Amino acid sequence: MSVLGSKAIRMSTEDYSLFYGKFKAINRVSIRIPANRITAFIGPSGCGKSTFLRSFNRMNDLIPGVTTTGSVCIDGRDVAREDVVQLRKKVGMVFQRPNPFPKSIFDNVAYGPRLHGTRNRSDLAVVVEKSLKSAALWEEVKDDLRRSGMSLSGGQQQRLCIARAIAVEPEVILMDEPASALDPVATLKIETLMNELKKNYTIAIVTHNMQQAGRVSDYTAFMLTDENRAGNLIEFGPTKQIFTTPSDSRTEDYISGRFG
Amino acid sequence: MNKRNLSQNAAFGLFWLAGIVSVLIMASVVGYILVKGLPGINLDFFTTSPRGGLSGDGGIYSTIVTTFYMVVVTLTFAAPLGVGAAIYLTEYSSNTDNKVAGKLVGIARFGVETLAGVPSIVFGLFGYALFVTAMHLGFSILSASLAGACLIIPVIIRTTEEALKSVPAGYREGSLALGANRWETTWKVVLPAASRGISTGILLSAGRIVSETAIFFVTLGGSYRVPGSLMSGGRTMALHVYYLAMETRAFDKAMSTAAVLVAMIMIMNLTINMVTSRIAAGQEQR
Repeated sequence: MSVLGSKAIRMSTEDYSLFYGKFKAINRVSIRIPANRITAFIGPSGCGKSTFLRSFNRMNDLIPGVTTTGSVCIDGRDVAREDVVQLRKKVGMVFQRPNPFPKSIFDNVAYGPRLHGTRNRSDLAVVVEKSLKSAALWEEVKDDLRRSGMSLSGGQQQRLCIARAIAVEPEVILMDEPASALDPVATLKIETLMNELKKNYTIAIVTHNMQQAGRVSDYTAFMLTDENRAGNLIEFGPTKQIFTTPSDSRTEDYISGRFG
Repeated sequence: MNKRNLSQNAAFGLFWLAGIVSVLIMASVVGYILVKGLPGINLDFFTTSPRGGLSGDGGIYSTIVTTFYMVVVTLTFAAPLGVGAAIYLTEYSSNTDNKVAGKLVGIARFGVETLAGVPSIVFGLFGYALFVTAMHLGFSILSASLAGACLIIPVIIRTTEEALKSVPAGYREGSLALGANRWETTWKVVLPAASRGISTGILLSAGRIVSETAIFFVTLGGSYRVPGSLMSGGRTMALHVYYLAMETRAFDKAMSTAAVLVAMIMIMNLTINMVTSRIAAGQEQR
């Protein structure tokens, strides 16, 4: 893919297909996602973009009957062969609906580091503060970290979930429609935050919101279902190019709002 | 319009009447027992054991002790087993590709549902045949607790399953996505979030042990002495009510014992409400 120039590739798939039982949900997708950039996946509902995103941290393993062919790689290593715990430490995820645990703000952020072996209270405190600062939440919550994560507003909860994800120092952050349950102001905060985060992380985001994709992402991948309802990657390239001069007419139709 | 108002008022009146009647029925049962039973209750009633014989003299001390032992020992067997089985059924088995395991789980679920509806005397007969006779445990707290555990395990499994299912899937996904395995997710996130429902289920089944009679009639014996060990027989308060009413002339004592039982159950239910609302408040706030 010459469009990417010589940038380092962090995530990639090769001829990757995913099946729910006999039903093919993703059809032979090959993509190479550059490091320290934001890549947006857009497409109509049911085109397989969320399922595709979840392939990178093997969340689809949890669904009985899922099989795959081809490969999904992080840093060139096939995720299927990695220890799933190590993989998920490396690949963080933020979900559509903010899902803080019913624990304190501190315990929410410290959850991951504790799992992976950090026990010392002061070490944890350092990680928690750093993560909350990175997630642009520290100033709002620093006075009482013992408050329940559930008591925060929706936008704060989502930033808490981002802090929780970065606390384990991942390389990649997957975001599955992270702002779709938030109001415009909270959405803007998340988008600003994403721009900060891409300095240190590679971000892949699924979004229904095309304006959002246009605003935040460096690269855009457009997915669409074919006649068998399997998700295909139609086009992938720099966001500016996809939004102004797409090479596929279906991309153009979708972008200009003719369907979807 | 007038006609519709009329039907609305008639319907409302009927429901109001139904509500009042059911409350009155319950109130009269409890009221009758308290009115008949309370006069016989004094400190001696709590601190002396029944003297036995036809007269029904004495208090209920030993039956309180036996009831307490029964609740503690039965829950010791039943709570870990029931909660463990429910965790397996909801957190592990539903995610299996294995067809045989899936079938077994289906059978187990059906079994749990059936057992929850079986009359307690059936569990009593089973307990009598297996624990009292075949295993030579005799009429004892141990036999009765094992039989009682069989009775309440399905209840605990079902309430725990409901509690676990009410935990949002997002908690599990969030935990797993951070690299936790299933057990860590269950232990650190799901169980704490479900603790309110689980403890309610356990307290409810404790109430079941306090109020059951038939099953203990055939496994606990009926000794009115203070039990000395797990191998002693005994009688719970509910059983004592039965003996007093059927085998002595002391119907008033049966009423007094029943009043104490009713008060105890009330206190337990209030405790349940308090515990659950406090845990709920804790989850919101902290």
